[in-house]
Amino acid sequence: MTQLTYREPPAKRIAGAVGEWEMVIGMEVHAQVSSKSKLFSGASTAFGAEPNTNVSLVDAAMPGMLPVINEFCIEQAVRAGLGLKAKINLFSVFDRKNYFYPDLPQGYQISQYKHPIVGEGEVLVDLEPGVARRVRIERIHLEQDAGKSIHDLDPELTYVDLNRTGVALMEIVSRPDIRSPEEAAEYVRKLRQILRYLGACDGNMQEGSLRADVNVSVCRPGDYERFRETGDPSVLGTRCEIKNMNSMRFIQQAIDYEARRQIAILEDGGTVEQETRLYDPNKGRTRSMRSKEEAHDYRYFPDPDLLPLTLEQAWVDAIAASLPELPDEKKARFVAQYGVTEYDASVLTAERESADFFEAVARGRDGKAAANWVINELFGRLNKEGRAISDSPVSAEQLGGVIDLIASGDISGKIAKDLFEILWTEGGDPARIVEERGMKQVTDEGAIEKAVDEVLAANPDKVEQAKAKPSLAGWFVGQVMKATQGKANPQAVNALVRRKLGVE
Amino acid sequence: MSDLTRLTIAEARDLLRARKISAAELVEASLAAIEAAAPLNAAVEITAEQARDAARRADARLAEGDAPDMCGIPIGVKDLFCTEGVRSQAASRILEGFRPPYESTVTAQLRDAGAAMTCKLNMDEFAMGSSNETSCYGPAVNPWRARGSDARLTPGGSSGGSAAAVAAGLCLGATGTDTGGSIRQPAAFAGIVGVKPTYGRCSRWGIMAFASSLDQAGPMTRTVRDAAIMLRAMSGHDPRDSTSADMPVPDFEAALTGDLRGKRIGVPREYRMEGMPPEIEALWARGAEMLRDAGAELVDISLPHTKYALPAYYVIAPAEASSNLARYDGVRYGRRAKLAPGDGVTEMYEKTRAEGFGPEVRRRVMIGAYVLSAGYYDAYYLRAQKVRTLIKRDFEQVFEQGVDAILTPTTPSPAFELGAMAEQDPVKMYLNDVFTVTVNLAGLPGVSVPAGLSAEGLPLGLQVIGRPWEEGPMMNVAYAIERAAGFDARPERWW
Repeated sequence: MTQLTYREPPAKRIAGAVGEWEMVIGMEVHAQVSSKSKLFSGASTAFGAEPNTNVSLVDAAMPGMLPVINEFCIEQAVRAGLGLKAKINLFSVFDRKNYFYPDLPQGYQISQYKHPIVGEGEVLVDLEPGVARRVRIERIHLEQDAGKSIHDLDPELTYVDLNRTGVALMEIVSRPDIRSPEEAAEYVRKLRQILRYLGACDGNMQEGSLRADVNVSVCRPGDYERFRETGDPSVLGTRCEIKNMNSMRFIQQAIDYEARRQIAILEDGGTVEQETRLYDPNKGRTRSMRSKEEAHDYRYFPDPDLLPLTLEQAWVDAIAASLPELPDEKKARFVAQYGVTEYDASVLTAERESADFFEAVARGRDGKAAANWVINELFGRLNKEGRAISDSPVSAEQLGGVIDLIASGDISGKIAKDLFEILWTEGGDPARIVEERGMKQVTDEGAIEKAVDEVLAANPDKVEQAKAKPSLAGWFVGQVMKATQGKANPQAVNALVRRKLGVE
Repeated sequence: MSDLTRLTIAEARDLLRARKISAAELVEASLAAIEAAAPLNAAVEITAEQARDAARRADARLAEGDAPDMCGIPIGVKDLFCTEGVRSQAASRILEGFRPPYESTVTAQLRDAGAAMTCKLNMDEFAMGSSNETSCYGPAVNPWRARGSDARLTPGGSSGGSAAAVAAGLCLGATGTDTGGSIRQPAAFAGIVGVKPTYGRCSRWGIMAFASSLDQAGPMTRTVRDAAIMLRAMSGHDPRDSTSADMPVPDFEAALTGDLRGKRIGVPREYRMEGMPPEIEALWARGAEMLRDAGAELVDISLPHTKYALPAYYVIAPAEASSNLARYDGVRYGRRAKLAPGDGVTEMYEKTRAEGFGPEVRRRVMIGAYVLSAGYYDAYYLRAQKVRTLIKRDFEQVFEQGVDAILTPTTPSPAFELGAMAEQDPVKMYLNDVFTVTVNLAGLPGVSVPAGLSAEGLPLGLQVIGRPWEEGPMMNVAYAIERAAGFDARPERWW
């Protein structure tokens, strides 16, 4: 397996009134498992259904109802764990986290507390070519999502929608290894990319499939290094948790605001209170949700309705063997195999579908040319029209055909763009279109010479000027290209013009 | 008609198959007996229409000639079981008027086997109690009375209504549930047979949970044979209950030979407790004698951690209950308290649960929340779980030494008067479970079988504890006691 080398960047520093500060960030990302049914019931997980239509007797916590584990969800958690190079725990336990809330019908959330299904792993967060942050993963556990309380439909009543109740979430807990708001956003982006490669989570942040709680604290330069050496968290500042964010932009804004808020408190001689906060994107501020004193005592204990979950190593091995190539490996391979830049490789591997598309185009062709066409022409056009790669009107085969026609000298780069336009709007076989519409590059010396002669003859005054000022030769080339509707081989035209003008 | 209510399930089965009686007659007899037994307060809901429909279907199946054992048998169902379209409240105000749109697995299996549910039966609220006095319906009353007294006695609990109903002939059998002795103690108090199967033998799906790791459904009947017949219909793997075991269900009845030759029966010395009434001690000795006569070898055994069982039980069961009962919050079903202007969600929870739950349930929910809370978890819950492991190991070691079953008294006393414990420390009431909780903690099967009468003429039971999944051989030991004891006393009808 090829690996790219990288270095870790320094932590971002914020200048305070007195000296500089650094921030220390850890994240808990809740990723919805891409399963059709819920973690412990057969109800559908489809997004956007009428309220309270995807609710089973188990989800509604009717008396006497019991949870039954959804094996598909277990498999996805194991896939996610393997994708994050993490330890898979063959023994794990589901616990009850007890608290009262109307959108939590059981009065407890089934989660994993002491024995999560996935242990320590890591994520390489790409920041720029050659620069990346290695973020350690502490654990991944499976848990039920809660329902939704709707407070704004009625001035006095709260409405409850249980469609989301019991949907499987993977909670991915990082170590406090993230050192800037940008890294935090990139961390989420990378997690999302890996989970989408694995198919374990669709990563749809608008629909809430991926949400993050962010722990932020600030410290002085050097404190963090001391923490990493000693493992003693008390050398770091007091952290605040910002709950439930589902946008990379808001994550960055919230962390930036929160770090500055804490610095201001500390520089004022105050102390940061450990608490849970919410980010208000309209005001661009975080506000207190509940303090440490108000924190729940969740009274965790093993759920007696579920036996401990035991996995067989052979089952885990079979899943490992079925994993797709993951972004880091794919990117390194693209650089090595196709000679593309690390930046281009990142763009091409952002999504599995685009990487596959690129490889289909690049197969048997020049990798750089393929990357160029896929990134600049195809992705550019797709982005402009807001279309997904799966929805591309131009197939990998067609785009490959265009590149082949350039390589064989049948068309020029300029004509190729016209051809791409035709393929995009009308479709068809590139070679046949070039043939049928007479788009083939003219390489016949006689025909080109005739066109050059005609242009020279029609512009005797310009010929005289050009003889004195050779740079004007370009104007003649342009005229010839225009006269041949761009089909003449530009190099041949250029050579002929210069020879005839005597300005070689 | 009263003859029909005194039939055993085995007798009724044979008469039904021989077409000498009909399911319809049996059901009418049961309904009439229920109607006439209002003073027992055993039935909390009479399901006459459903029962008559079931009887019609049963008679049709019987006419076709391939009806299962329970076909046409009138049974009662503890109110803890969810029964489709029929009020199911766990004898609690908080589930006022709750009619589940589903049927518990165990009662669905009985229904599918042709049994006719004639009533829902009284119990302690959410199965928490040993005297039936915590029921929102008021206590069921034991059909037995002490000689020369007309004081009302407890039928025990929590399956007190089931015990009273079966003893008084309101139905031929009843379902019970047993978390710490809730089938066996009432069975002993009412002079009937009660089986708590191995944990995982019967599905818990559709039974309102008290303590999930301890709860098991089981049959309550007048004979061991009836219990064997009924248990078979109640048992089996259920994919909807992850703790139900995927084990074959044997023909328990076939194990009832009465022959105990070659069997070793353990008598645990730790069950010989300080202050045990002499008549209980004597009954236990007589039971051992009966088993020796049936060919068994009696051996002294030690279960050294027995004395920690009751405290461990009263940590684990309330801990699970505090979480299991969190769903009764007034939001989706059952009772919701009337709120004052300005009350929010917290007031809704507090008021609903304060008025919906009785004092014993509230006590256990609070104990449970306490033992699970931060800072106390290790000292209480975790330690209790360790004790549980040790108790389980005690039994495993004894069974490894070749002991086939264990003989103990079921209860430390015969039935006591209703109200007698009202002013007592709740722990006094908990002591009723002292011989039975170990079985639940270890997940083992246990049966209580009537073995004699107290000096006051009240029934006394002996408990046989079996190896896991060996309910058949266990019931065979009980069967030997039943035959030797010749227990045929019945409560004299006063109601």
